[in-house]
Amino acid sequence: MGVEGIGASVVRKEDKRFITGKGRYVDDIKLTGMTYAHFIRSPHAHAKVKGIDSSAALQMPGVVAVLTGRQIVDDKVGNLICGWAITSKDGSPMKMGAWPAMAPETVRFVGQAVAVVIAESKNLARDAAEAVVVDYEELPAVADVTAAVKAGAPQLHPEAPGNQVYDWVIGDEGAVDAAFSKAANVVKLDLTNNRLAPNAMEPRAAIADYDAAEEHFTLYTTSQNPHVARLVLSAFYNIAPEHKLRVIAPDVGGGFGSKIFIYPEEMVALWASKKVGRPVKWTGDRTEAFLTDAHGRDHVTHAEMAFDANNKILGLRVKTYANFGAYMSLFSSSVPTYLYATLLSGQYDIPAIHAEVIGVYTNTTPVDAYRGAGRPEASYLIERMMETAARQLKVDPAALRRQNFITQFPHQTPVIMAYDTGDFNASLDAAMKAIDYAGFADRKAKAKADGKLRGIGVSCYIEACGIAPSKAVGSLGAGVGLWESAEVRVNPVGTIEILTGSHSHGQGHETTFCQLVADRLGVPISQVSIVHGDTDKVQFGMGTYGSRSAAVGLTAILKAMEKVESKARKIAAHALEASEADIVIENGEFKVTGTDKAIAFPMVALAAYTAHNLPDGMEPGLKETAFYDPTNFTFPAGTYICELEVDAGTGKTSFVNFVAADDFGRLINPMIVEGQVHGGLAQGIGQALLEHAIYDANGQPVTASFMDYSMPRADDLPSFKLSHTTTLCPGNPLGIKGCGEAGAIGASAAVINAITDAIGKNNLEMPATPDRVWRTIHAA
Amino acid sequence: MSKVKLTVNGKAVAVDVEDRTLLVHLLRDHLNLTGTHVGCDTSQCGACVVHMDGRAVKSCTMLAGQADGANVTTIEGIAKGDELHPMQAAFRDNHGLQCGYCTPGMIMSAIDIVQRHGGQLDEATVRHELEGNICRCTGYHNIVKAVLDAAGRMKVAQAAE
Repeated sequence: MGVEGIGASVVRKEDKRFITGKGRYVDDIKLTGMTYAHFIRSPHAHAKVKGIDSSAALQMPGVVAVLTGRQIVDDKVGNLICGWAITSKDGSPMKMGAWPAMAPETVRFVGQAVAVVIAESKNLARDAAEAVVVDYEELPAVADVTAAVKAGAPQLHPEAPGNQVYDWVIGDEGAVDAAFSKAANVVKLDLTNNRLAPNAMEPRAAIADYDAAEEHFTLYTTSQNPHVARLVLSAFYNIAPEHKLRVIAPDVGGGFGSKIFIYPEEMVALWASKKVGRPVKWTGDRTEAFLTDAHGRDHVTHAEMAFDANNKILGLRVKTYANFGAYMSLFSSSVPTYLYATLLSGQYDIPAIHAEVIGVYTNTTPVDAYRGAGRPEASYLIERMMETAARQLKVDPAALRRQNFITQFPHQTPVIMAYDTGDFNASLDAAMKAIDYAGFADRKAKAKADGKLRGIGVSCYIEACGIAPSKAVGSLGAGVGLWESAEVRVNPVGTIEILTGSHSHGQGHETTFCQLVADRLGVPISQVSIVHGDTDKVQFGMGTYGSRSAAVGLTAILKAMEKVESKARKIAAHALEASEADIVIENGEFKVTGTDKAIAFPMVALAAYTAHNLPDGMEPGLKETAFYDPTNFTFPAGTYICELEVDAGTGKTSFVNFVAADDFGRLINPMIVEGQVHGGLAQGIGQALLEHAIYDANGQPVTASFMDYSMPRADDLPSFKLSHTTTLCPGNPLGIKGCGEAGAIGASAAVINAITDAIGKNNLEMPATPDRVWRTIHAA
Repeated sequence: MSKVKLTVNGKAVAVDVEDRTLLVHLLRDHLNLTGTHVGCDTSQCGACVVHMDGRAVKSCTMLAGQADGANVTTIEGIAKGDELHPMQAAFRDNHGLQCGYCTPGMIMSAIDIVQRHGGQLDEATVRHELEGNICRCTGYHNIVKAVLDAAGRMKVAQAAE
């Protein structure tokens, strides 16, 4: 593998700028003549906007403009779109209400913008916003998904009667009914998957700069996918044609899904920069993040699983209500359907599955993909179900899982997915060994003697990553292709620039992507740089989400590398007067195999550009491009086991041990992979124990700052014990599956299974706060 | 408007600021020291931590005027030229950062923790002391490792001086 090649835990190239304070995030950028935007947001969950009086604000010092929702609609800026079309079971298309970037008539969630003040400084914009008077007529609101579908509930959009966006089904209902009719045992489960706020540490921000001479916009934005942002801003929002719009996502301080979407604020900044003729900057504060960054999860589900007399699963029936908030965000429709219900087979051989998902509008912040996006909801449901079943059937939970594991691959599930490879026994074994599962009963007994309730919880997750291939997602309603592009530019003296459509906002691409080049060419990673996040530099790309950067993005780089190597090999063979077939690449040299004849890679590069001695007919230069579209999703899987203690007197949970055994296929940089797992586990544990974005019955958010929303902190979490088992992904040449979301997908069920094991009661919703655990322990 | 005079990273500066200006905005907007970040506006996340007269403080929670006459050190001021502070090196070597946004505040808090506890640090103490710094990327696992590693390095460096 070499010291910097594939499989080496190389320290990150990007770290130096971050640890010295020289990272460059959007809010760090200042442009000449820049103005500052402050949004005026609805304090009501549902209201008519009767009028906006900005006359006093316009008289205040430093105010450049006050712009309203009416103006943005009049200027024909497009409404926000949802990019994945879902069809209801009756064949009708999903039913969506319009979402203008600022509300001209009706606000439908607290925090929705109605106007924006543009001023000479942030403080002056904020002062003036206080002086803008908005006349609202309050309307009844509904925040809870089950309340919103009841007859007589307040209605959000005339286009969506009953607040229902769609009623979608997957699987064979008849086969499931037949399975249940012959079941020896049926296990039933009702659960909620709690709403979360993504809370990347860098709040969203945007700077828009209109160049009137060129009729060209530049947008600096906190985006996970700048090319997708440009595409949507251009094709749907009428901001500018693509060649007149440059989108730059510089250093981005975390995303977790929330920075995939194109939000009203960057649309307004672009539109306003042309209107005021100056650059416009908006930087969100944390409360704005809570109010406007797309939330995650928020499902209410009833599920039933049928077992035969030998505890073999016969069928699964699921009905889920998914809360979409007040508007359909960019990829929201796909999350509780194709990213959720298609994973309901888990790691198990389930002959028949039927799921119904009802998408619902409520007067809350829009909900969309958050780390894992649908897969955590599926994994949590299945793993809570398996645990519940084991308790009801009075068998060991690990043994029940093992008995029902899929062991033959490829495996076609009843819900679209065809698992390509895996070894679920291997990861379960590794995790059980790491936590000494066999010794748990003794430890539990000892803890009991000490007055503590000890529990153990298993979670065997599977997910679908590297979201693709384009043809497949297109057939399911996606509005975009999900390939990736790469360009490899070799410079005349042999340094290399890799241009990628992936985007790094913490994942370490500047290191791992270089490692591939080091592995193949034997050049040091210091000679390679990664270029990303700028639509003027990189031709196109789909960005980073769904753990796709290595499986899809890195494979695109590999494909371009292969083309570069092929040409370089021809040049080297020509220079060395050897046959191309005899050229091998070793340690930065092109060698004639079996001889001492060699030419260093930089000399090959130079030869490509001097063009003095190239094979006849060869074009000069050494630069290649590739677009890579995978043949299937990838299927990372693993087992997490959590051991913890509950204090019956306080309901407080303390971790004893948390082990993870993941199968991600080939690892490029194990250190970075483990970092991704740590972070994912923290988010999964955060969901299980701490985090909950709460609204009151009138749609007022109760958790809109870090004072109210409980983020996982260092002393809430244990250190983790990680291990890996490996089955290489057959779907891409590097054998990579993806690792970015696993922790968040698998961890929550392990924690809740452990707590419910400890307290001996199965019904416990997330987050399992001390208060909730104590009440559950002491409930009659 | 007031004139605030202070020393930042060893350099004396005098800045005219609105009275309501927070220290973090003086650093970021007036001195272009953008390594210090704002993450929450409520003193919870610690992305804004700097040292004032040798103590870690949250620069979003004090007015610039309160730093008048003080000696302030930011993330930009702790390396000696190209030689990283042991805490910076430990964060890099232990993969104690991902997106980098919370990192400057983490490093400044961590240096303060090590200085206050000397050699008496263990994992539980580090986790407890880091309560005022939120990271969304790392799950803290490698941050805790980095702080414990740096505590050893700082002890060695101190012994060598």
